[in-house]
This record gives sequence, structure tokens and C-alpha cells, in this order.
Amino acid sequence: MTADRTAWEQHSVARVVSPVRPRKLAKVPFVEMADGRLQGVVSSGSDISRVYVSSVTAGTHTYNCSTNNNRPCGGLYGDMCKHLRSLVDEAVLQYGQDRVAGYLRVELAEGERLSYHLNGGVERTQGAAVFSRFLSHLAYLELPMTTEPIAELHWFPSTGAVG
Amino acid sequence: MLSVQLAELADQPLPGVGEALDLVTGFDEALTNGLARLGEERASALTDLAGAVAATPLGDRVGEAAAKVAAGSVSEENVTALAGGRTALLGAVHDALLGRLDAALGRERDSWAEPPAAGTTDNLLSGCRSWLNELAITGWRGVDHDLVSAVSQTMEALLSEPRLRRLAVLIDGLAGELRASCPVATMEVVPARRWADLWARALMLTQAGGLPAGSGQPVSGRLLVLGVDVHEHATAVQAQVHAILEPADGGQSRLVRTSVAATKVDTIVGSAVWRLLTGAPVLLNALAEHRSLDIKDMPLLGGGDLIWHDDRATAGKPADPFTTARVQLGSALAPAAPPLERHPVRLAEPVLVEGYSVPKGDEMVFDLGGKTITVDTGRLPSCGPLTPAIVRGSESCIGLLRWDAGRWLLQPLAVQGTVKKLPVTAHNGDWAQGPTDPKIAKAEARNGDAVAVLRERAGRLLRK
Repeated sequence: MTADRTAWEQHSVARVVSPVRPRKLAKVPFVEMADGRLQGVVSSGSDISRVYVSSVTAGTHTYNCSTNNNRPCGGLYGDMCKHLRSLVDEAVLQYGQDRVAGYLRVELAEGERLSYHLNGGVERTQGAAVFSRFLSHLAYLELPMTTEPIAELHWFPSTGAVG
Repeated sequence: MLSVQLAELADQPLPGVGEALDLVTGFDEALTNGLARLGEERASALTDLAGAVAATPLGDRVGEAAAKVAAGSVSEENVTALAGGRTALLGAVHDALLGRLDAALGRERDSWAEPPAAGTTDNLLSGCRSWLNELAITGWRGVDHDLVSAVSQTMEALLSEPRLRRLAVLIDGLAGELRASCPVATMEVVPARRWADLWARALMLTQAGGLPAGSGQPVSGRLLVLGVDVHEHATAVQAQVHAILEPADGGQSRLVRTSVAATKVDTIVGSAVWRLLTGAPVLLNALAEHRSLDIKDMPLLGGGDLIWHDDRATAGKPADPFTTARVQLGSALAPAAPPLERHPVRLAEPVLVEGYSVPKGDEMVFDLGGKTITVDTGRLPSCGPLTPAIVRGSESCIGLLRWDAGRWLLQPLAVQGTVKKLPVTAHNGDWAQGPTDPKIAKAEARNGDAVAVLRERAGRLLRK
């Protein structure tokens, strides 16, 4: 172990972050684990120009869902709304259940659905910051391509072929 | 590459390389714990590093910096000098390795001609420098969310400045890894070499003249593709094509690289990344269809980088990369490495390997007449058809010779061979115009077009 550990410390090319798994992005275009929350943006099923900002807090498992204009989600009473359930399900697809459950501090038995274990009730949080992070996220796709060689990307090989 | 060449490459250790890397390791440990709290042992690691470059033009500067930092004066200037000393040491390791490689392969290499310097600096660069300095003072072990977030604003400004894209991509890659590892204090093992590499390079790029300009010399001729190396982190992707340029004026053929890169988000993975590079349709078509390219007046930089202009290229006749490698690779002139890019990680020398066997074992190696080289199966991209199984069944391979953590590695770019008794040929760029494997195409169709979905969201929400 010590030898392996030393070797890993002395690699210039070492994988630190696993690439995320591909998933459908139409319903939940953005999900992240940041600021102590699992949070993201869920597209409205009825209005193409409306999105919901949904979040679940790690530890307390309180949650919130509101529109990008900060109006409370109508589906949020007594239990999680469908946006929050979608958010959690898609996060599990993207990062794997272990990582998401670990981040939220939930103990799960095998085969259990994570969203059924998040029962902290509603706690109003500001969605504006998450929405603005989503917009910065999208802005990456608006930048023009470049043909200037980026030598530093030799530290970041594309990886992940299986089979 | 022949068995005897492999033996010459790897059999004998290179004098001084181990010692140089030990000094780097000492510095990296100091950086892991933070230069503000060195203690005696780690302070001497800095002095040792300075001692190793004492006879160079950097000597006085680095020596003084080591003494001052050990005495508690962790200023930006001193930290930068130490990063420069570390960079110089790894540059020397790079040179030793490349020299050995050229001797073993009989590869002729051009010498470096320094382009006129364009040393500019601005506020954005100084913003980056202060963040990098904060990291050095704190050490990786002390990095938390606040320290990582401190670079966010600078990052947004960097990204919007095309001139600084290289630096932006590097800092975003480092910040992303730090963010995912926060709080670093709870990590069992810190990727000390890697993060120090990225940190030191970023610090070099933020110096005046650190981002070498140089507009290059226009070249024309026929470009024969050898293969494509794909680089990727959460927010960037780059396809770097290795090729042979036959100059139109009939001069010696040259080994060149040409790159196209785009920013992206983490949810765009697999073959979808090619859709971010559709601004270079002629190049992508040549990769997908294995065609040569005719180019006219494209700038070639001193480091062998051809600055791609899709409108100055036209598709040529079909050209098999294996034929190109067999016929041309041995005699092409290889480029010099730009001085500030000299680091072992940049070694990526195209080679053709044939007539090997692949013995069973946990780690895949090619056995070439009793000499083995490890195959870097972690460098097979998900955006192409090469898989460990296909590589295992291969008989010929175009690959890049790389070096990391004390050993040579072979990164396959293309293979020919037999899988389940059927002949198979696979190139990294085969899916540049979409996956040709029906299974992959179907899986992709199931998930929808990630790029299109996010662009639609951006179109509707960003401009409100």
C-alpha cells in the first residue's frame, strides 16, 4: 500500500475526479453537489421557458423548490415535489448513488431509492445563486472554439473507454 | 519501434533523473503542507532545490527565495522564483528523456529558435498570481471551499478573454479538482506531484512573456494523419492530431501536431464531445474518413504546432495512417519543445509498434521480443472505438510514447488486429463525425443530444 500510495503521489497524470456518467439532460439540465447541498435546475414540464431551482441540504435533508423567479413551487406540500425527485434521481445517474448518498449523509440499504429517505421538510433557501451558477455553466458552451494548442491539457487525458 | 530500440529506451536508468525527481518530491511535500509553515526538514527541501539550479542563470534568484521563504517571507516574488526552479529541474528531466528517446529511435529533431518576445501583463494575470500564491502559502492540505471559490470571478473574466484561454483551461482544471477534493485535509493521499505541476505551470504562464506568442511560419503541403490524442477535463476538450507534413516545396517531411479545443460542461461526455468541435469540419472529416489533407499557408509554430485554419484545408485522398507510419515516421523531422513547455508530461512521441504479443496479466504490456512496454489503458478516450479488449487483441499499434512516475508508457491512438477471429481496425478519431458503432449510436440516441439540449437551454435562459 505504501508503495502504491507513494507512486500515486508522484504521478503527474493521476485521476482525481471521475468523469460523470452520461444521462438525459432534457428534464434536469444541471445538478451539482456544492455549498453543502445537492442542488440543480429542473425544466418545467409545461412551460418551456420556465425552470425550477431545487435543492436538498446535506445532513438535515430539508429541501426547497422554486421557480427561477423565486416563486415557490406549487407541488411542494407535505412531501417532495416531482422536481425534487427528478433532481435526486438524475444526480444518482450522474454521480452514482454512493457518492450522492455520502454527500447528503444518508444511510441506504441496497436497492432503496434515495429520494424516499429525504424527509427533512421544506426550508426556504435562495435559489438565485444556483440559477446563476447554472447560467455560468451554460456560458461554457457559448465560447468559441480555439485552435491555439493548449499544452497543459496533456495533464488531462480523455479516459473512460470500457470493454 | 523495434525490440532493440525499446531496450535502449528503457533498460538503463538515466543519470541524474532520479535525483532531480527526489528534489521535486521534496518541494512538492513542502507545497502540500504550505510554504507558510515549513519546519526545518521542508525548509531544507527548498534549499536543496535551489542548490540543484545554483549553477544556472536562475541560481541566485532561487537561492535567495529559498532562504527568504524559509525565514517566513512567503512573497509572490519568492514563491514564483521557487516555482521557476522546480520548472527548470523538470525541464532538464524532460530533455534527458527526450534525448534518450531520440537516440533510441534514431529520430532527428529540429533545434529551437526563440520567436520575438511579447511580454505583456495585466490585472487578470495578477489576479491569478495572487490566488496561486495563496495556495502556496496555505498548502494543499489547507485548501477549503472558500479558497477555491476565491478564483471564481477571475475565472469568468479569464474565460471571456480568448488570448488567455490556455491559462483559463489550466486554472479551471486545477480548481475543479481542488473543489471536488474539498476539504483537502480529509483526503487520505494528496496528488502532490500533479497539483504542484499544474500550479507551477499556471504561475509560469501568468508571468510577463509566459504565454509565448510567435505567429509562426506559413506552411503549405500535404498532411498525413497518424492519429489523434484527446484531452479532456470537466470544462474543456481538445483533439490533438499528430501528423506528417510533406511540404509543398519538397523539403524534408515534418512531424507536426494540430489542435482544436472547446470549452464544455461535465455532462457532455463520450462521443458527444466531437460535436463541440464541428467548427473544424474539414479536419473532423479527414479523421473520420482517414483522408489526407491539403493545406495552404497555415502557421507552423517552432514547437511543431500547426495552427489549424479549417478554411485553408481541403480533404485529400484516402490515406491509411498505418501506411503513413510505416513509410514516413522513421525519416520525418521532429520538432523542438518550446522551452517553457518542457516537462515530462509533454512527451508524446508518435511510434509504430508491430509484431508484439500481449501476455496475460493485470497490467497490459506489449512484449516485443522479450522487451516489454506498459500500455496506458487509462488513456483510451470514451469518444473513440479503442477499448482495452481491442488493444489486447491487436497486432499493430500507432501510439504515443509517454513517460510518467519513472517509466515509459505507450498510449495507443490506433490499432489493427483480430478480435473474436475477425479483423479489426480502430482509430481514436473514427467517431469524429458521430459513432460508427451501432451500439454506441443507439445508447447516445437514448440519452438525446446533450449539446443540443444545453444549447437550447442557453438560448432561452441566457439572453433574457
